[in-house]
Amino acid sequence: MDFTLDKKHEMARQLFREFALNEVKPMAQEIDETEVFPRENVEKMMKYGFMGIPIPKEYGGQGCDVLTYIMCVEELSKVCGTTGVIVSAHTSLCCDPILTYGTEEQKQKFLVPLASGKKLGAFALTEPGAGTDAQGAQCKATEDGDSWVLNGSKCFITNGKEADIYIIFAVTDIVEDAKGRKSKKFSAFIVEKGTPGFTFGTKEKKMGIRASSTYELIFQDCRIPKENILGPRGKGFGIAMHTLDGGRIGIAAQALGIGEGSIDATIEFVKERKQFGRPIAAFQNTAFQLADMKARMDAAKYLVYKAACTKDQYMVDHKTSYSIEAAEAKLFAAEAAMAVTTKAVQLHGGYGYTREYDVERMMRDAKITEIYEGTSEVQRLVISGAMLK
Amino acid sequence: MNIVVCIKQVPDTKGGVKFNPDGTLDRASMLAIMNPDDKAGLEAALRIKEQNGAKVTVVTMGLPKADDMLREALAMGADEAVLVTDRRLGGADTWATSSTVAAAVKKLDYDLIITGRQAIDGDTAQVGPQIAEHLALPVISYAEDIKVEGNSVIVKRQYEDRYHEVKAQMPCLITALSELNEPRYMTPGGIFDAYDKEVTVWGRDDLTDLDDANIGLAGSPTKIAKASDKVRKGAGEKVTLDPKESVEYIVNKLKEKHVI
Amino acid sequence: MSLEEYKGVAIFAQQVDNKLSSIAFELIGKAHELAADLGTDVTAVVLGHDIAGLADKLGEYGADKVVLIDNKELETYRTEPYAQALTAYINEYKPEIMLVGATAIGRDLGPTVSARVKTGLTADCTSLEIGDFPLQAREGQEQKHNQLLMTRPAFGGNTIATIACPDNRPQMATVRPGVMQKLPKEAGRKAEVINFNPELTVNNRFVEILNIVKNVTSTVDIMAAKILVSGGRGVGSAENFKLLEDLAEVLGGTVSCSRAVVDSGWKPKDLQVGQTGKTVRPNVYFAIGISGAIQHTAGMEESDIIIAINKDESAPIFDVADYGIVGDLNKIVPALTEALKAELAAKN
Repeated sequence: MDFTLDKKHEMARQLFREFALNEVKPMAQEIDETEVFPRENVEKMMKYGFMGIPIPKEYGGQGCDVLTYIMCVEELSKVCGTTGVIVSAHTSLCCDPILTYGTEEQKQKFLVPLASGKKLGAFALTEPGAGTDAQGAQCKATEDGDSWVLNGSKCFITNGKEADIYIIFAVTDIVEDAKGRKSKKFSAFIVEKGTPGFTFGTKEKKMGIRASSTYELIFQDCRIPKENILGPRGKGFGIAMHTLDGGRIGIAAQALGIGEGSIDATIEFVKERKQFGRPIAAFQNTAFQLADMKARMDAAKYLVYKAACTKDQYMVDHKTSYSIEAAEAKLFAAEAAMAVTTKAVQLHGGYGYTREYDVERMMRDAKITEIYEGTSEVQRLVISGAMLK
Repeated sequence: MNIVVCIKQVPDTKGGVKFNPDGTLDRASMLAIMNPDDKAGLEAALRIKEQNGAKVTVVTMGLPKADDMLREALAMGADEAVLVTDRRLGGADTWATSSTVAAAVKKLDYDLIITGRQAIDGDTAQVGPQIAEHLALPVISYAEDIKVEGNSVIVKRQYEDRYHEVKAQMPCLITALSELNEPRYMTPGGIFDAYDKEVTVWGRDDLTDLDDANIGLAGSPTKIAKASDKVRKGAGEKVTLDPKESVEYIVNKLKEKHVI
Repeated sequence: MSLEEYKGVAIFAQQVDNKLSSIAFELIGKAHELAADLGTDVTAVVLGHDIAGLADKLGEYGADKVVLIDNKELETYRTEPYAQALTAYINEYKPEIMLVGATAIGRDLGPTVSARVKTGLTADCTSLEIGDFPLQAREGQEQKHNQLLMTRPAFGGNTIATIACPDNRPQMATVRPGVMQKLPKEAGRKAEVINFNPELTVNNRFVEILNIVKNVTSTVDIMAAKILVSGGRGVGSAENFKLLEDLAEVLGGTVSCSRAVVDSGWKPKDLQVGQTGKTVRPNVYFAIGISGAIQHTAGMEESDIIIAINKDESAPIFDVADYGIVGDLNKIVPALTEALKAELAAKN
């Protein structure tokens, strides 16, 4: 067991760190305030290959691995949680399912522009009546000649209005089991922005990750080519769950970054801030709190990296499962980030409650990591389900 | 066309500075980065490569750990990298450094050589023009814009209150200002590829066109008599004076510190 | 090379558009001290075209000899003809010390010439004196006397090194402009004028000047500024920033400000220093009417010299300032501007 990164991973981290500090950090506060999607920085990330890190070169990606991608999300999130989730949703939730389930034609047509940074991706599963309970879904797709026709809506969609290519889940069949109980069968579809019948609803006003474009998607007789179905008909739920396993590692990395970023900001602050004639870093309470914060985020880091490395093994050998690792990483990292950012605000005192200091935003950003791509409760179900099988 | 870019790994001066007992820099103990002016020079070369087509080779003289910086250059888009490293080359001043780098460059094909104007550790701005001198090439220092036209380069050469637009025949040497451009980032895939590439490593004995009298500490005409860290400033002074005295006080301090 | 053959202190008297640069007189001032210690004289070397008229002024400011190299090829600075001319001077007249200004010209000419005559060159010196090398006698090593000891900052000013060139001649240094003191003008003082006409060989290293564009102004970038005159809420109004702008203009600096100023709409956001603004590290930072809350000091405390003016003597800005003045900025700043104007006028 070797816990050190090799040189190329170290250099990749250095790259992400430099980019985050030079390009992302200066904008972080402003985009939180204005809630404007950081288009310019996303375009830079597209140019420098950040949007296809774990995707093979033959599909327009960088040909690196999941661990490298995870470090990218982590480093970006250290300074801006919004930027972290833009990359995560694009890579884990849109590129990854096309890579895993797409036909060669679909990969050429959709994955190449996504991974090479020409197009931005999104993923839409959640509906107003269906979050954790997928069976509540109403959005449906019906066959009509050589098309699928989508009707319904999706909500809380990350990269919502900004994306070009969407993975949409819709009910295609209703099956009855031996006892006559009906259940819905889903299929996954690739939908392009601009398709007639595909429009955007309300923009969410969020507590955190405020510049992330979170929108409702509306489908009214939206007709897409038959070949845009992703994976087999009726297998959409499995595709969604498998995709979210990967997505959770991305969100875990986002949480990890936010927590670590709040520690960086706090260290800087406590060395500067003076009370009773000395920097507050000199008080043992400050020091001990920081130690706890660090130990907790380091524990999160190893869980997140373990999950990333397990997914890397899966990329080589599809028999490997990373579902539990991903759930543990997300559960722990998200809750650690929430706790650590809360402490960071506390150590900043009154300043920490103002928007002038980054920890205020980080605490708000941390909260979402306990909720999206499977709440902490869902992660506990996944983990305990496997334990008690 | 062949472009050789001379780059240097320098300590990030934000991290503090240490010396060996003999007064030379203890580079091993400091955080290392690619010198900013050199990075601008590399970026300029990569842009020429994109526009005109060129092979870009980066050359450095330094410790074995300069390998990291060469990989960075490869990850940005350089085609080949050469590391000149040998204990016998250590402690070199600008004369010995430029003699050594010139001997390495002589082994390569070049139409254009680009160096940074100056390194943030030594701040001398001497090595570039001196390499040109050893190679008997035209030199244009302080370049803030570079264009290739046929067999020549057209460069904006910066001075304090003006610039000259200067044309030189290739082969020639240009020293780049960091104002020249905004260097690109590496790409993640570029980093992975860079670690799969070979970096050419040359020792003293590979540089045949180089006299022992011109290398290392012994071959350096300038000698360090003493070196010391600037004393970190403590708490400053605070005075309460009438306006006229205040003005005199400030003017005197500015004079003391050679600001005026 | 026989080191004893080399005698006298020479300076490169830079001219641009046939007007001598201030550094020429500064170098003569320093060269005088060095020459006195060595018991020798000072030669100013001028390269250019139609430059005979420049000799008198160099004499009045202390040059004992003036060597004029007048050639059409030297009309506008280009590395190669200048290097050929200065090299020819060194080979012919063999000065033991050759000083060049650390200007955009000198820092190109100096290294080229030093490599051509194969000697050492110490860049951007801030102090020069005559002394022994090694500084203290060491067993087994000859201690040489009457050496030029050249002191210079390096590592962005984090370190200071003193350098000697014991075995090669001339001992060459480029000298930072504005550091050395010129001598007072002595009207009527004459230098011996020598016209020296070495042959310049046009070769492939001659570059062609296509165009000369003067007074290139750059956009305001407070992060690149060497001198920042920064104002806070205490300045009182947008109009009152005029006081700071005047001061900045005299010093060739730039105005910046604290967050309170941006929030009040007195200055745009891109001039803001601090936590939510830019981090700056100029040579001199004036904090005027800035209380110095932690949000502000985080962005400027790395400045080399911090001068604070504030009427509140308990303002935290005084904890980070090198020089703190408790007083009324409305009185001090305009007076300071006038005083500096007078100082600088006297220098030129």
